[in-house]
Formats: sequence, C-alpha cells, structure tokens
Amino acid sequence: MDLRFRGAEPSEEERAAVDALLGPPASAWDGGSRTEADLRFAARAEAARDQLLPALHAVNDRVGWISEGALEYICRRLTIPPAEAYGVATFYALFSMKERPKRVLHVCTDLACQAKGAESVRRRVEDHFGPAGTSWHESPCLGMCERAPAALALEAGTPPVAQVYAPATPDTITTMAEAPPSSNGSTPSVKVTGETPERAAVPQAGQDGLLLLRRIGTVDPASLDDYRAAGGYTALRRAFDLGPAGVIREVLESGLVGRGGAAFPTGRKWDATARQPDHPHYLVCNADESEPGTFKDRVIMEGDPYALVEAMTIAAYATGCAKGYLYIRGEYPRAVARLQHAIATARARGLLGDDILGKGLSFDIELRRGAGAYICGEETAIFNSIEGQRGEPRSKPPFPVEKGLFGKPTVVNNVETLVNVLPILERGAQAYAAAEPKLFCVSGAVERPGVYELTFGATLRELLDLSGTTGTTRAVLLGGAAGAFVTDLDIPLTFEGTRAAGATLGSGVVLVIDDGVDLKSLLLRIAEFFRDESCGQCVPCRVGTVRQEEALHRLSRRVDDDDLVLLREVGQTMRDASICGLGQTAWNAVESAIDRLGVFR
Amino acid sequence: MIPLQPPRRLIDVEIDGETVRVPEGSTILDACAAAGKDIPTLCYGDTLTPKNACRVCVVEVEGARTLAPACSRKAEKGMKVGTDTERARQSRKVVLELLGSSVDMSTTPRAAEWVEEYDADPARFGDDAATVEQPAKVDNELYVRDYSKCIMCYKCVDACGDQWQNTFAIGVAGRGFDTTISTEFDAPLTDSACVYCGNCVEVCPTGALSFKTEFDMRAEGTWDESKQTETTTICSYCGVGCNLTLHVQDNKIVKVTSPHDNPVTKGNLCVKGRFGYGYV
Ligand SMILES: Cc1cc2nc3c(=O)[nH]c(=O)nc-3n(C[C@H](O)[C@H](O)[C@H](O)COP(=O)(O)O)c2cc1C
Ligand code: SF4
Ligand code: SF4
Ligand code: FES
Ligand code: FES
Repeated sequence: MDLRFRGAEPSEEERAAVDALLGPPASAWDGGSRTEADLRFAARAEAARDQLLPALHAVNDRVGWISEGALEYICRRLTIPPAEAYGVATFYALFSMKERPKRVLHVCTDLACQAKGAESVRRRVEDHFGPAGTSWHESPCLGMCERAPAALALEAGTPPVAQVYAPATPDTITTMAEAPPSSNGSTPSVKVTGETPERAAVPQAGQDGLLLLRRIGTVDPASLDDYRAAGGYTALRRAFDLGPAGVIREVLESGLVGRGGAAFPTGRKWDATARQPDHPHYLVCNADESEPGTFKDRVIMEGDPYALVEAMTIAAYATGCAKGYLYIRGEYPRAVARLQHAIATARARGLLGDDILGKGLSFDIELRRGAGAYICGEETAIFNSIEGQRGEPRSKPPFPVEKGLFGKPTVVNNVETLVNVLPILERGAQAYAAAEPKLFCVSGAVERPGVYELTFGATLRELLDLSGTTGTTRAVLLGGAAGAFVTDLDIPLTFEGTRAAGATLGSGVVLVIDDGVDLKSLLLRIAEFFRDESCGQCVPCRVGTVRQEEALHRLSRRVDDDDLVLLREVGQTMRDASICGLGQTAWNAVESAIDRLGVFR
Repeated sequence: MIPLQPPRRLIDVEIDGETVRVPEGSTILDACAAAGKDIPTLCYGDTLTPKNACRVCVVEVEGARTLAPACSRKAEKGMKVGTDTERARQSRKVVLELLGSSVDMSTTPRAAEWVEEYDADPARFGDDAATVEQPAKVDNELYVRDYSKCIMCYKCVDACGDQWQNTFAIGVAGRGFDTTISTEFDAPLTDSACVYCGNCVEVCPTGALSFKTEFDMRAEGTWDESKQTETTTICSYCGVGCNLTLHVQDNKIVKVTSPHDNPVTKGNLCVKGRFGYGYV
C-alpha cells in the first residue's frame, strides 16, 4: 500500500507510548530514523490493522489526546492510510483529536443517574468547571447505576488513573478537579481509585442457593487458589470428560439463550460454529455492556473474573477456537484490571495457553478495550472494532457463525451467557433447566439497588419486594433504553412473559420510576442517547434519531398531534428499515411511554 | 480477459405476485429489474459492492421481521417479495423525507420525482430541523466537494479505497449525524493523498462531488443539461485505451465521464483522461 503523509512528527512521549505497545520500529520505512541502509532497499511495515485501536489507546492513555503527529506515526507503524485511521479515531467518544487537559471528568446524565439527581450534580460541575466539552463531558450510562449518580475521572499518564465517584455528591465535586491519584488495588495498566467493595453491588451476596453470584463478595477475585477452592475449574474438567460434542449437547439441552439482549439459543450458535469447515474459529466475549441501566457483566467481571476465563475456555473447547477476544467497554477500568490479572495468572498456571490441564487444548484470551461507543456491542460492529475498522455493524447475512471476526466463523456471546455454562456443566443440563438463573440490574427508585439473581418465573413484583421501592412506583423500564415501560408488576420475568406484555427482558434492566421523576426529560435523555450513539451508517437511524429528539423537545413544550404522528412514522421506519438493532429499537421506549403512560396526553 | 465461471443455476422468485427466474446469487434488485419494477436506489452503485446505507430501496420479504434492502439482499428460491406494499412505501417515503430535510438534494437525479411519487414532505420537520448545511470545499482547480449535498452513501470512499483506486485519500469520520467524508484532520485535498482521478466524482449520486466547471457554471446559472451533447471516444494519453464520454455545452467540454459497462475500466479513469481535456 502506497501511503502519503503530511509530515507531522510525533512528540517523544507519543512515540514512546506507541513503541511501548508495538516495540521499536524496524526501519525508516515504518517510522524509525533513516539510515544509510534504508536508502538501498525498499521494505514496508507488516500491515497490522487490528492493532489500531490499542495504539490509539496507548497514546490517549499516556498523553490524553491524539495529535496529527501521533496518528501519522501509528499509521506508519501499522501501514494504515491516515484518512482511514482518522475516521476510526473520530468514531470513539473517549478519544480527542484536539489538545485537552490530562484529566477529564465523565459525568453520567443517563437514566438511572437522572432518577437519582444527576441533574444537580451536572449543574454543580458546570458551575465549577465551566461549559462541558473539554475538561468534562456528559456521559451515557457508566454502568455504575447501583451507585447513582456516578462520575468517572480519567487521567492520562504512566500509568493512567481512573477515579470513580459513585455516588457523586455535590460535595465531592470540588475535589474532582485535582484529586490526588492515590491508589488502591494497583494493577498492570491502570490505577483505579474511589471504588467500593464489589459486594456492595450485590445485595444478595453470601446468600445460599446463588449460582451466578455465589462467589461475588465472598471469594477474593484476585486469587486463583480461592477460586478453585470455591468450585472453580470443576466445569472445565467435566467438559474434558464430555468432549466438545458432549458440551454442546449439554448446552443445547439446558435451553440456555443469550443474555446480551437477542435471546438466541446458545447451543445452536455453538453447534453451527463447531460445524464450520473454515478455520480458524474465533470466540468473542461481548463485554461492551453499555445499554443504559445495565451493570451485571461488570459485577461478574470485577467480582468473579476467573469464572469468565473458565467459561470462555469451555466455549472455545466446544467450538474449536484457539483464540478468544474479550472486548470490554472502555469505561470499566476495574474490570479491565481484574481480568488482566486473572488472564495472566491463568496463563502462568497452565489454565490458558498450550496444553491446558494437560488435555491438549490450546486456547488464549486477548483483552481488547472499547473506547466509548455503545454500538460496538452489536455483534458485528464488535468485529469491525477489533479489526481496527470503524465500529459499524455489518449487514447480515452472512451471520457471524459463518463469517465473523477476520471473516472467519465466530461465536459471540455475552458475559452472563458464558458464565451460565459453568452451572450447566457442574449440575447437568436438566438440574440447571429446572431452576435456571437470571440476573437483573435493579436501579432507580429502590431501597437496595444492585444485581439480583432469581430463577426464571419470578414476577417483577417479587423482584421489587427484594429490592424494596421508594416513593410511589409509577412505571418500570424493562430492558433499558432499547426496552419498554411497563406498569403491570405481575409480569413474569421470562423472555416469553415480557414479550407477551409487549416488553423485553433485554439485558436485564429493571429501572424503577417513581412519581418524582420527570418522564419527559427521561424520554428526552433516551432520544439523546440514541442520537449520540447511532453509528451514522444508515439514513433511518442517522437522521431518524435526530428527528425523534427534535419532536420530543417540541412535544415537551407543547403537545401537538402532528408531532405524535410524525414520531410514529419516523419510529416505524427506524424499526423497519434500519440496518441494526440500535435503529430498530430506538423508538421502543418512547412508544411505550406514549401508549402506556400517556406522557403527551 | 473474462474469467470462466461455473454455469449458475436459475431460481424462481416471486415479485409482487409475479414469478421471475434469475441466476442464483442475484440480488432482489436484479430480480425486480427482471420483473420490470423500478425501485429507487441512491447508495447502490453498479460498479461497487453494496453498502446498503440509504435504505431507499427497501422491500417487504414475506416472513421477515424487518424490510430488506433490495440492492444487496440476495434473492432466494421461493422468496416472496412485495415492492409496493404499504409498509415498504411508507418506509421509502419517510427515508426520502429524512434525507430531503437534512441534505440539499437539488442536484440528485430523480430525487424530486421520487418525492412526488411517494408523496413525501421533507418540510414536515419544521424550519428548525437540523441539516448538514456547510460551505462547499473549493480547494483545487479540478473538482469541488459540496458536502451539504452529501447523503453519506460511502461510494466515493469505496471508489477511492480498496474497491478501485487504492489511494485512500478520503474516509468516513465522526459518528452519527455528524459523520462526514473527510481527509485526515480535514486537511485540504491538495495536502492529501488525492491523485485527482475523479473516480469519486464518477460514482457520486447526488452532485456533492462535481467538476469545478460544473460547479462554477451552476453558480453562474449557465449549466444547462438540455444543451449538452455526449460523445464517447478513446483517451489518447496512453495505451490502455479507456473510454471517455465528453459532455459538451456551447462547444466546450464541461465534464468527462466514462461508461460503467466497460469490462476493464468500469468507469474509472486517471487524472489525464478525466481532467486533461484542456488540449482539445
Ligand atoms: C446496539 C446494540 C448494542 C449491543 N450491545 C451489547 C452489549 O454491550 N453486550 C452484549 O452482550 N450484547 C450486546 N448486544 C447484543 C449483541 O448483538 C449479541 O446479540 C450478543 O452479544 C450475543 O450474545 P448472546 O447470544 O450471548 O446474548 C447489542 C446489540 C445491539 C443491537
Ligand atoms: S441502525 Fe443506526 S447504529 Fe445501526 S447501522 Fe444504522 S445508523 Fe448504524
Ligand atoms: S460525496 Fe457523494 S459519493 Fe461521497 S458519500 Fe457523499 S453523496 Fe456519496
Ligand atoms: S451509571 Fe448513570 S445511568 Fe448507569
Ligand atoms: S440503494 Fe439499497 S440501501 Fe441504498
């Protein structure tokens, strides 16, 4: 590939950040200094497009923004046209192409936080730091809804620092500007401060009978020995006894369906991938968790990271994958740190790598961080993101099991889906199916917000009895921004039960709205979310989400029938004609609020 | 050289109740053409891989949850397709409204005709509806980029990139409504990798990319396609023998295109053929 550069030079720091990831350049052809020898031969850097996102992170983590010199240097190192790399870098909300302060504060103004006073936090931050845009941003859901309202400061440096403020009170704001980066739980790549113990997110922690949450808050997430002592790696041993086909049979028989939102039968996905003649096969664990109100995957990854490592190993064994990617959202510093540690420890102890447990299985996990883009959780956008392309969904067919990551057969599964495989193998498919566990992310107007584990069949009322509610419950948003509002608390929390009620379990969001919450501004926030997070590829969603937001602004000032008709028509077109699930669901919650809650009556 | 291909099987597809027979691998759009149906398309390009981004070509496929883009969805044996159902027409109408309200479609061929056919009303979103309006980028003598007319069909990027030119001067930048076609850091074309082959201009469906001659004449009000003639000839600059179609108005060449059905060049040219007509 013949590349043309404008000649911008990286700073020493930028060069060092990239070299720390990629190693020093081999010659002047990929960005090193020119020597006599370089003039006598032509060479080129190995194209390594999939290192683009990690390289952008490397610079952004160290310097805080990505200059033209830094981008050109990355392009030389990886043989990427600068116009394309620019297109990728500008896709992600966590990157800046303009100089900005090293410390940037992300203030969540999303649904659960809004229900818990995010607006007053936002206003105080604005008073203190000035208008949003450089030193602070309004952020979509940070996945810490149980501690709403939340804020996260990210500070570039070596190592970068992530400081959590949750709950963020108006009083903590004054310290957000220059809080001293003191560390608890120092980690390989990032210092995380301000965190609370993981059991705080699990009101049921330590109770008997839990399957998915059994170790959270009770077993040290850093200790592989403790994990094994608490039942870890019995499922993998059972898998080896059953053989790959036997594992798939168990998963099929268990009836497990995906927990990422689409509820597709996991066994069928695994079976279809295992049968593909094309090789290699890839495994992708979708840990991009960005649906507003969702935080269950974070809690699993922070509180029981080895469970995910073990589950991914089993999935890889069953479907014939030698490599797995764990794609985790960029705003989850503690989960990243915990998993980096768990993967490294498992590798050192022969539980990842070649010949796992002496059974001849070769499998390893590479962790990839997202950079602020909800759409990258869509199952084909995640491939583009990993490959170093813009995180735009691909059109289906072909489906991932046929042509997925790098064009090869790929299994994509959600974190919660994968960890369900452990109890399936430990207890057997039938025992599992008799009491199938499901996680719910309960937030909003409740006494004890957090992740709850129930067996399928419990009703919404039973869940809210556990969490307790505050104020007078007006409605519950099920399934997040892509879900729907319901008012009937006797809905059974099953995929079928919620569907029958015109809602969805989605990613397990249960956001309780009391009568103190302004529904109109909640709807505006949902519309804003979809407008911000649309990848921009297809017209119904790119323009439709903007028109939906504009109409909601008008409607919250004055109810007008023409605008209601307009919303319906635009909404139906987004649902019918958009490429992916983002556009297809962008009108769900608004529609249900109009029809069931009578917001604009 | 025409590569030998295995003979393709024929499959039967039902379009609006009428059965048509098309080779396996055809798109629904191909089948519609075989059935004599005229489906609007914008981002589809006859020389490019479908990006299926604009969604103006959606049709209803029996049994499918959502509508399907005719331009890229493969026809399958026994598929029942409705091109003119209420649902498909409604989506096309709204897509035209969404585009028409955000983008200047005054130079998009057939746009006005479709707006009328589908009874679309782009003005319904009000005067405050966000648009992509911006000044045209005039940074070189050969062609102009007027992105207030851009519908983000990705065709120019695909033509500049790995589908034809392999120059990669432009890419898609930003996200959502703020997405644009851009060089790195929005640098002027003269600073970019652009080689002025004009193959992006060739595929642009809206007139967002146009010859500087056309842009200037439109500004003066002298551009008049009814007065233009088209002559196809062979480029004399080198031995490849590309076809040039010279568009002539008032005895002056006002732009150069190239036939897309040429089996070798498929409408692509280099800077000499495209813009080197000063000598004629
Ligand atoms: C816009 C959008 C965002 C998504 N985000 C996520 C996500 O963050 N995590 C996830 O597991 N699935 C997400 N999904 C669902 C995935 O496309 C896919 O269905 C899922 O990862 C498959 O895994 P599962 O079968 O285990 O659920 C998203 C889907 C869409 C349309
Ligand atoms: S529906 Fe939205 S997010 Fe999905 S491809 Fe279209 S523009 Fe992108
Ligand atoms: S400039 Fe033209 S070809 Fe390029 S994306 Fe816009 S409309 Fe399409
Ligand atoms: S952390 Fe604010 S809404 Fe989830
Ligand atoms: S022409 Fe089919 S989606 Fe644009």
